[in-house]
Amino acid sequence: MNVNAMIIDAKDNVAVAIEPIAAGDTVAYLCQGKEITLTAAEDITIYHKLAARDIAKGEPIVKYGEHIGVATADIPKGAHVHVHNVVSPQEDRRAKE
Amino acid sequence: MTFYGYRRPDGRVGVRNKVLILPASVCASDTTRIISQQVEGSVTFNNQQGCSQVAPDQQFTMDVMAGYAANPNIYGTVVVSLGCENCQMDLVVAAIRERTNKPLEQVIIQEAGGTLKAVEKAVRYAKKMVADASMLQKEEFPISELIVGTECGGSDPTSGLAANPAIGAMSDLVVEAGGTSILSETPECIGAEHILARRAKNKQVHDRVYEVTERFENHFHGVGEDVRAGNPSPGNKAGGITTLEEKSLGCIHKGGHSTLNNVYDYAKQVQAHEGLVLMDTPGNDPSSVAAMVAGGAQVVVFSSGRGSPVGSPIAPVVKITGNKLTYANMEDNIDFNAAPIIYGEKTIDEMGQELLQMVVETASGKQTKAEALGFTETAIARMCNFV
Repeated sequence: MNVNAMIIDAKDNVAVAIEPIAAGDTVAYLCQGKEITLTAAEDITIYHKLAARDIAKGEPIVKYGEHIGVATADIPKGAHVHVHNVVSPQEDRRAKE
Repeated sequence: MTFYGYRRPDGRVGVRNKVLILPASVCASDTTRIISQQVEGSVTFNNQQGCSQVAPDQQFTMDVMAGYAANPNIYGTVVVSLGCENCQMDLVVAAIRERTNKPLEQVIIQEAGGTLKAVEKAVRYAKKMVADASMLQKEEFPISELIVGTECGGSDPTSGLAANPAIGAMSDLVVEAGGTSILSETPECIGAEHILARRAKNKQVHDRVYEVTERFENHFHGVGEDVRAGNPSPGNKAGGITTLEEKSLGCIHKGGHSTLNNVYDYAKQVQAHEGLVLMDTPGNDPSSVAAMVAGGAQVVVFSSGRGSPVGSPIAPVVKITGNKLTYANMEDNIDFNAAPIIYGEKTIDEMGQELLQMVVETASGKQTKAEALGFTETAIARMCNFV
């Protein structure tokens, strides 16, 4: 299988496209040496993110094993994850208080 | 793991053995260029500061000058000043002497009787110093003697996916071996400072992470700018970066997963054997690299998605990219290709090991691409800082 996406940390719930991916394509990435596949729900631009599993509205988006955002809508597995369905968690400011 | 380096009289260990012709101000910079051109084995750089600066800015300049002279890659220094600049010769010499007891000579252009006489005097000092330096024999040292600076610039999406994680894995190995790794670029920590602060060894270091990031944000506010409002940039978003947290996490990945043991102000002397530390530097690459080298970094590892030529007069700068097209396009400038991480051909840990191997070979004398091209870019931060 041609690997066309990657995740950085095993805890991540988003994968990054390393090639342009079209809706309906099989997405394949390696996680701890194991190949994982899913189906792209929509077109994914190279280096953009897609949901590695279903993510519910209000759940954190995890990349690098850390929270990079919060889902503003339910995001199905294989869907594009970007500014239209994610906002900044602003945890750096809350963490200080 | 060991490397071959030079033991200095102040106890530190260098990986190069150069004589520094140090311009105390912009008015001495062309003179030091002429001097260095006459002396094989010497280095210099273009100092655009050193005079007419407000006090905090002058302190940055003094710290970079003193730190460059004290960096263990330097055998000794010939300071060249005009004579009337704010960074007066006695101040520069005192700042260097606070950091090191290595050989030091002084030439003041106005006192020497103009450019040609100053050049002759400085060339004679420098030639003698190079001859003395050439008598030194390399010795074998453990890599725990290394202070490695880490930098990213001209970033693209592959920087956060491959190059910076590889640097982070290398950094963790340096820390495990008992060395020091410097994470830099304060503005690129903003949004992820809580994650860095969480890794601090104690409350004092934790609070310092917030102190330096807030200070940087306040600089921006002072000129009516909000670093958060414009970040990620439209270009970042087009490239797939969604939030400031995501962008900053890609940057701080250069610090791996180690405990954060200290936070240093710009260009201050960094301790050896201290593990992972943060230095408060701007995102501007030559200015950030200069500060870490002034802090004592003998080697710098610098990731660039788009490809960057930047070097240093004092320390070898190892260039790494995660973008296979950039590597193919700019191989004359780039030392290490981390793209195999992206394509699943190698793991981050494997590439971190290979990168450490390259750092150690570089420390033992292997020339980097930036050294081969003779690059010496130096910029010095100011109070209202570079982004």
